[in-house]
Amino acid sequence: MTVLRSDTPALDIAGLAFSYGGRFALQDVSFAVPPGAFTALLGPNGAGKTTLFSLITHLFTGGRGTIRIGGWDIRRESRKALAQMGVVFQQPTLDLDLTVVQNLRYFASLHAMPTRTADQRIEAELARLELWDRRDDRVRHLSGGYRRRVEVARALLHRPSLLLLDEATVGLDVPTRRRIVDQVHALARDDGIAVLWATHLIDEVRADDDVVVMHGGRVKARGRVDEVARAAGCETIGEAFARMIAADPEGEGGGERREGGKGGGGGSP
Amino acid sequence: MTIDAYLLCLKGILVREVLRFLKQRERFLAALVRPLVWLFVFAAGFRAALGVSIIPPYETYITYEVYIVPGLIGMIQLFNGMQSSLSMVYDREMGSMRILMVTPLPRWYLLTCKLLAGAAVSILQAYTFLVIAALFGITLPAIGYVAVLPALVLSGLMLGAVGLLLSSTIRQLENFAGIMNFVIFPTFFLSSALYPLWKMQESSVVLHRICQFNPFTHAVELIRFALYGRVAPVALGITLLSLALFLALAIYGYSPAKAMMQRRAGTGGG
Repeated sequence: MTVLRSDTPALDIAGLAFSYGGRFALQDVSFAVPPGAFTALLGPNGAGKTTLFSLITHLFTGGRGTIRIGGWDIRRESRKALAQMGVVFQQPTLDLDLTVVQNLRYFASLHAMPTRTADQRIEAELARLELWDRRDDRVRHLSGGYRRRVEVARALLHRPSLLLLDEATVGLDVPTRRRIVDQVHALARDDGIAVLWATHLIDEVRADDDVVVMHGGRVKARGRVDEVARAAGCETIGEAFARMIAADPEGEGGGERREGGKGGGGGSP
Repeated sequence: MTIDAYLLCLKGILVREVLRFLKQRERFLAALVRPLVWLFVFAAGFRAALGVSIIPPYETYITYEVYIVPGLIGMIQLFNGMQSSLSMVYDREMGSMRILMVTPLPRWYLLTCKLLAGAAVSILQAYTFLVIAALFGITLPAIGYVAVLPALVLSGLMLGAVGLLLSSTIRQLENFAGIMNFVIFPTFFLSSALYPLWKMQESSVVLHRICQFNPFTHAVELIRFALYGRVAPVALGITLLSLALFLALAIYGYSPAKAMMQRRAGTGGG
């Protein structure tokens, strides 16, 4: 795992703005994810989460502001920054015709892992995600939940310090979703991996998580879940989220920021 | 990143492409059946109609089947390049291209690895075709089977680069059908694959000119001469230049600033 100084956020976004032509997709987005924190990026469809992920992963570039991963600027030092992150995209990205192990070996080679090291890491991550018995199955024969867990295992192979998951549980049943959420929480808690978990499903957010609420391309609130709820005058984050969306159905209003908690204090360049 | 890292990445991409190809038996069969039909049906029918006089690199009269072998190898590589392009558009639509793009190696290198892997698959197909042709009596000088390898690498890369460039400009899989009509067929028929260019000149000077400017013509001629142990300098130069141009444009097409994913992103996700 990449060793970071404890005061270096795994992800630090400051003043980020991005538009498609004349239509802005992100405006003045700032937040940070410290090492070992599970941060939920909560927002309805069209909030700008996927655009944000594409900028963080350097699939897109442009706009204003900075994105640093483990201190590395994604624009200026993209290769060093990318080496520190594992990504699970919203769309499935496994090769259906290959087996689980073949998919993972392919990814390991993209990260320049020698064969022996790769096989050790593959065994460890498949065991951790309870997939070892399915290692020789073709991905085509796996259920959606298994495929997602294979993608999580793949994202961890190179020991990233930051794990990004974009709507990783879309289309899965409730028990499978809960299992994946539990496993990813364990990664943050036990291994100190910083997690940014984008979702629009409120039940995937826990009381002690950090949360960044996005709507209409802006950060509406950020901080610990209970603090964000309290600041909105609500008992639960679900109520607070619904209130924020209802107050600005089109997502056009300015972002009001609430800071606090271990994940909320970032945002400085 | 060390040289080992780059080699490991290349190996991984090569292994993946070959595994995918071997697991897609229909694709393997289609890739072989197409040129074999041309060789054994089309060429047999046209043998009488088309007389091929002695032109370099041939030193004696040859049958039409022998003449079109290099063109059909070019056809295999052309279709493979387009198939790779199709698979990249599919990968992009399905998302797996993203996994390649978010790895910490230069994007130009990753795309070049994809290109090399595609060329390797096309070479496997080309040699299988040559073996089947030989089994049916269409043989070439022994040296040609070895000498053609570098030509196949170069032509495979060049035609793969065309596919890569196309994949960077096609937004949706549905648009790919147009590629068949507007790229593959004109490229193939406006070349020296099926008839020598002097024959085309007798019919139309304009078409002859177009054939001369077609990079596929030069890829075919490069293969044709290599099959007889000879180098065609003009064909070699133009194939190399075309490779450099198409690859550079494709790399630009896949750059983060230019990526068409960016244009499409407004429709996706949260």
